[in-house]
Amino acid sequence: MIKVLRLAMKNLLRTKRRTLLTGLLIAVGVVAVIMFTGLSGSFQRAIVGQITDSVISHIQVHRKGYMASVDNLPLDRMIPPGAYGKLADILSRADGVEAFSPRIKFGAMLSNYAQTTTVRLNGVDPEKARQVVPLLSSRVKGAVRGDTLLKKGEILLPETVARGMGIKTGDTVVVVANNKDGSVNGMTFEVAGVVESLMGPGGRDGYLHIEEAAALLRMEAPEISEVAVRIKNFEQVPAVEERLRTSLGAITNKQNTPLFEIHSWDRLTPFYNVVRMIDIMTLGIKVILIAVVLISVLNVMMMSVYERVREIGTLAAMGTRPGQIMALFVAEGFCLGLAGAFAGAAVGLGALRVLRMTGVDVAFGGANQVFTLAPAVEPGEVISACLTVLGVSILAGLQPAAKAARLEPVDALRHV
Amino acid sequence: MQEMDIVDIVSFRDVSKIYRMGEVEVTALGDVSLDIPQGAFTALVGPSGSGKTTALNLIGCLDRPTRGEVTVAGRSVGRMGRSEGAAFRGENLGFVFQDFNLLPVLTVYENVEYPLLMIRNLPADKRRPAVERVLSAVDMGSQAGKYPAQLSGGQKQRVAIARALVGEPILVLADEPTANLDGATAHKVVELMKRMRDEFGTTFVFSTHDPRIMDQAEVTFHLEDGRLIQGLQTAGEGTI
Repeated sequence: MIKVLRLAMKNLLRTKRRTLLTGLLIAVGVVAVIMFTGLSGSFQRAIVGQITDSVISHIQVHRKGYMASVDNLPLDRMIPPGAYGKLADILSRADGVEAFSPRIKFGAMLSNYAQTTTVRLNGVDPEKARQVVPLLSSRVKGAVRGDTLLKKGEILLPETVARGMGIKTGDTVVVVANNKDGSVNGMTFEVAGVVESLMGPGGRDGYLHIEEAAALLRMEAPEISEVAVRIKNFEQVPAVEERLRTSLGAITNKQNTPLFEIHSWDRLTPFYNVVRMIDIMTLGIKVILIAVVLISVLNVMMMSVYERVREIGTLAAMGTRPGQIMALFVAEGFCLGLAGAFAGAAVGLGALRVLRMTGVDVAFGGANQVFTLAPAVEPGEVISACLTVLGVSILAGLQPAAKAARLEPVDALRHV
Repeated sequence: MQEMDIVDIVSFRDVSKIYRMGEVEVTALGDVSLDIPQGAFTALVGPSGSGKTTALNLIGCLDRPTRGEVTVAGRSVGRMGRSEGAAFRGENLGFVFQDFNLLPVLTVYENVEYPLLMIRNLPADKRRPAVERVLSAVDMGSQAGKYPAQLSGGQKQRVAIARALVGEPILVLADEPTANLDGATAHKVVELMKRMRDEFGTTFVFSTHDPRIMDQAEVTFHLEDGRLIQGLQTAGEGTI
């Protein structure tokens, strides 16, 4: 095998420029795959991380039917206190669950005594909210109390509302809300901060303490709109979701139908489609790489066979078996792919390293959210790209190699 | 090298080779019967198109006869499959070509080593003495590191002869080995082949239409239009 590879390398080097150009083409393809995989992967991780860690968390549990009218923030499809107790018990004992946080979501009127507007609000337990969406506090501008997200009597307003009404941190506002029976109640709050906007559901919501949300809505005991659940290992979200679905399925209402519905992050945010689109684009880049390698190696090998017909005849005349002749040409394709893959992997990884050191700033959701990406690629991705190149190189070399092996020695020796 | 216990190393019995070119049939060889004695320095002579190369191709298992039987070293080679033919050539035959056909990417040493390395799969300690011996025999030992492009035509043909001989074949076939050489060099190459025959005990069969080197052959067969017009003729004697 070594002798075949050595001869293949020598044959490749007889047309240095052609080999170099083809190798460069393959290398550029591998660099493109590594760079795109690294950048898109880190972009996905950053965006998904931001959305799950600052708004929706990994999993959400609602009362059955809530999600069907989630845009209306229905107050008649809340999880009653008793059912929440059972849910909290299951969640606190579930494997893989790191933390969970109940939320009361409702729509309200907001007034600064001069203007009034509508606002979507979340009643949260500040400590539990910090555990399930740890990046929420990083979106709050003007927070002055360190780790504490908010206290009773305080409210965090969405940036669009605050800017539109000229509200600043420290201002007093009035929130007026209807409860599920239609009665109206109002409370005053001090603005503790302004929350930066983020794309997707919940990205333009305000926050207040869950007990005050319950009081505002005149609930005798808090009824819960949703429970956000954070999973210890992000990769385990589907598995934990499945286990919870099974556990929660046992809790039924009077009609003996499940009381809860459960959704993971990917079904809660339209951004999951962007994630999938990025995956499809990555696949597209890989398909382009395969096409580049296939066409370039096939072209080189076909030219190589055509130019060396007499030489093939000579090898056959000397007693080289058809299988050996085929192996010689397949080895040339393999060596070409190997050189291109190694060069591409080295340059691609080097370029990713440079980008990782310098950082890549990407704006998301307008200019408010700027992420500094740290592009990285899994070793498996690099190995996969290289193996793909090698496999396709061998595949591309097969047809010309078979043609060379099939040449009749007497015809090949006669070739001019 | 195969053990031999035969007098004639090559036998043709009513051998014909007909090529079909569309609707037209071209008879390259027609009902040729001949025997080439083992160890003979043999020439197939005749003008272009007389069937010399076809005859050599049939002996070398590079082509198959349309009719008749070709026997080389006691084996019928006319119906061998491609792999079987390749194996037979690798074990028993050596080839010298008009255009030398050296592999341009290999040095002189590597060209000569090729049959032992790629075909016989011999280890390095057996290849080296064999390669050095034949290179020395053709007086190319000092040029071992050069590439074919750095050699003259005569030198290339000497390397080709060394490559043909390195596996100690029973038969070396040379198709117009001097056609691309000047007169003096052609004469030297034929002398070299003859000397190699003496040194290695290998039968040489070569084709030529060059009257200057026909005389060097010990056994001559004259072909014309695919027919054997003069049978076995030994040097200094008449037709047998």
